[in-house]
Amino acid sequence: MVRLNINGKDHDVDVDPNTPLLWAIRENVGLTGTKYGCGIAQCGACTVHIDGVATRSCSFPASAAADKKIVTIEGLAQNGVLHKVQQAWIDNDVPQCGYCQSGMIMAVAELLKLKPKPTDADIDREITNICRCGTFQQVRAAIHAAAAKA
Amino acid sequence: MNFVPKMDRRSFFIGTAAVGGGMALGLDFGAGPQVVRAADGSPEVGVWVVIQPDNSTVIRIARSEMGQGSLTGLAQLVAEELECDWSKVTTEYPTPGESVRRKRAWGAFSSTGSRSIRESEKYVRGGGAAARIMLIQAAANEWKVPASECSATNSLITHKGTGRTSTYGQVAEAAAKLEVPKDIKLKDPKDWKIAGKPLLRLDTADKVVGKMEYGIDVKLPGMLLATIKACPVFGGKVKSYDAAKAEKMPGVKKVVQVADNAVAVVADTFWHAKMALEAVTIDWDTAGNEKHNSATIAEFLKAGLDADKAIVGNENGDIKAAIAGAARKVEAVYNYPYQNHACMEPMNATALYTDEKCEVWCGTQDGEGAFGAVVQTSGLAADKCDVHKVMLGGGFGRRGRADYIIHAVQIAKQMPGTPIKLLWTREEDMQHGFYHPITQCKMTGTFDKDNNLTGLHMRISGQSILATVFPSAIKDGKDPVTFQGLNPSGETAFGYSVPNLLIDHAMRNPHVPAGFWRGVNVNHNAIYVECFMDELAHSIGVDALEFRRKLMGKNPKNLAVLNAAAERIGWGKPAEKGRFRGLSQMMAFGSYVAGAAEISVDGDKIKIHKLIGATDPGFAVNPAQIERQVAGSFVYGLSALFYGECTVKDGYIEQTNFDTYNSLRIAEMPVVESICMPSGHTPWGGVGEPTILVAAPAVLNAYFNATGKRIRSFPLKNHNLQIA
Repeated sequence: MVRLNINGKDHDVDVDPNTPLLWAIRENVGLTGTKYGCGIAQCGACTVHIDGVATRSCSFPASAAADKKIVTIEGLAQNGVLHKVQQAWIDNDVPQCGYCQSGMIMAVAELLKLKPKPTDADIDREITNICRCGTFQQVRAAIHAAAAKA
Repeated sequence: MNFVPKMDRRSFFIGTAAVGGGMALGLDFGAGPQVVRAADGSPEVGVWVVIQPDNSTVIRIARSEMGQGSLTGLAQLVAEELECDWSKVTTEYPTPGESVRRKRAWGAFSSTGSRSIRESEKYVRGGGAAARIMLIQAAANEWKVPASECSATNSLITHKGTGRTSTYGQVAEAAAKLEVPKDIKLKDPKDWKIAGKPLLRLDTADKVVGKMEYGIDVKLPGMLLATIKACPVFGGKVKSYDAAKAEKMPGVKKVVQVADNAVAVVADTFWHAKMALEAVTIDWDTAGNEKHNSATIAEFLKAGLDADKAIVGNENGDIKAAIAGAARKVEAVYNYPYQNHACMEPMNATALYTDEKCEVWCGTQDGEGAFGAVVQTSGLAADKCDVHKVMLGGGFGRRGRADYIIHAVQIAKQMPGTPIKLLWTREEDMQHGFYHPITQCKMTGTFDKDNNLTGLHMRISGQSILATVFPSAIKDGKDPVTFQGLNPSGETAFGYSVPNLLIDHAMRNPHVPAGFWRGVNVNHNAIYVECFMDELAHSIGVDALEFRRKLMGKNPKNLAVLNAAAERIGWGKPAEKGRFRGLSQMMAFGSYVAGAAEISVDGDKIKIHKLIGATDPGFAVNPAQIERQVAGSFVYGLSALFYGECTVKDGYIEQTNFDTYNSLRIAEMPVVESICMPSGHTPWGGVGEPTILVAAPAVLNAYFNATGKRIRSFPLKNHNLQIA
């Protein structure tokens, strides 16, 4: 049994300690906004925040996240108000299939926390998520738009 | 977006009786209204539109949304003719089973070949217009005035004489009882107010909060999870397997063989199923295919480059005479590798089978194909089957196949009454694709003594997609899809006039299954033709644009997009120091497309500063989404150019994940400018795929201009070239 604090709520989940956090979140807790893409921390579709740090949850053991504060895409909006990254994604019509965008948004949310006005070089260095639809041009525009709002 | 129709009595009879034996089709149930209702009881006004009392408008979309935006585009087309309030539009998918029960009321479901909009624009616009006419008629009937005195806009009907108004919601019930009109005159696109506009997509909100449901997210009561391992060597079978250890592992419910070539574990969670599957030992019969590898396949194809026998795709003049009499000849051999689609969401489907029913929930690009697969695999009558479509986490052609759906049903049949979600690992997905076909190509060009191009022979040797996915469509040994962009006429016509031309195909089908992969055969055909055009131009010292223009007099639409791309990149004007340019053009999926790249090269690093994509799809339903498809297609095409290769070792695909099959990241994304220049041609052209073809040759031609090096084999990582 591992105690996971996800989006401000405690969940006691019955998983082997080595179960990746991704699967504990998706299958045991039932929050499916966090996506499985590769299982080897390559694509970033599974990105969540663990104590504020964007983390690829497919390669992070659930037990290592015990008693830490986990935020998933479902918990990014606060009090019914979308996070500015989510809002920028809507305003800039970013997602195509959308499958990678939960992870993309979580990665960008952390970037903007660390670098409120990121340069293109910052974006290039920090945002390494794969998007097979190829939304990068809109992603970049939306990051700058969200940063401008701050 | 689940569509659960509730029918009035007469329609209900049609619905339940029609499919199984087909005997009830066309039965006359007597006079009187036949209203079909959506799940919430709101009436259908024609098959495409449901109007709710508060004016909310539900538009039916038969085609699949996988990111390409056609769900929004199709809704725009219906709404345009319907004259409804766009802010109150939502969409829903009818199920393929329901479509069959209603005599294919929504037409084709396929979203492959960039066809969703171009192949259904007429009848979906007609559906919107029919509903508008019915709603106006219903209001006119109520007011006892001629319908011709009434008009509608923004879901409001107005009678000119009296100024009386009625909302669509108020007359929808009455409208639904009217005959659906035929032979409707559609609007002139010049008058469009909703279609043709760069509107935001309708499906974004759920995607930014994690609420959009993909196949991987489907949840049913009592559902179990499965994961599968098929024989890594294509064509191989399961000889035997030992599941003793796996069966004792946590959460495992059952270990099953699937067809003759795979083993699956069913467990309470995917993770448990995956752990247990790794503990199953499987002995494979690799059927002799273990002797194939990339080198043997390359040799097999190479022999086709000079084979006597080949199927002609396009021919005029006498190429043999042209070659024999040439003052000069230019030759080059190119090749193009296998590539995986690598949709972000690995293949999956959820199936529930009982003796009475078989239902599947999945993302599919081909709802009717999926439905057919469910009917066939379940062994049940069609009226006991259905497919519920959900959002696709990418398609790119891969989800036009039903293999993963068939597997899910085969597993579910072994556990009747229990919903089974089959989810592939990324590794399974990477190693069991329907790969971009592998080809080689020998290009031969001939000049007379005055440097006029007298002949062109393009010999493609390699794989036919139809030989894998639709062998019965191969007639007299010819796979017509091979000649995309190369045909004498039609929606994929060759854009150049050459006095003596021969384009032929020596079909060589290795054991690796091929499939439709975004862009399909134009990915390599455009590289072969467009890089070689530059080679020919360079060989006589003529500008690449001028050389092409001379051959394009009979193809003004090809030339128009090429000119537009060239002008935008500044062709003919000096580039910034250290920057070099390249061009490309072709016709595909009914659209004329051209590209222009500007790059710089620093050692083994290629920086693409700008990539222009010009497209003439005939009509532009949503320019903003077209722009996104152009940029997206370039990401897919450049990923293929720089990284995309699946190699074969001992009969299996060596790449297993994104660490060995890389994909473009944001740092490598060039600035993309799209030029949308619809010229009003019919039939309309597609958007999702065509522009992918221009990315690679434009960059390769620019690379030659920068370095003098001509690259003819791919991906570029094999030449130690990186995208900066």
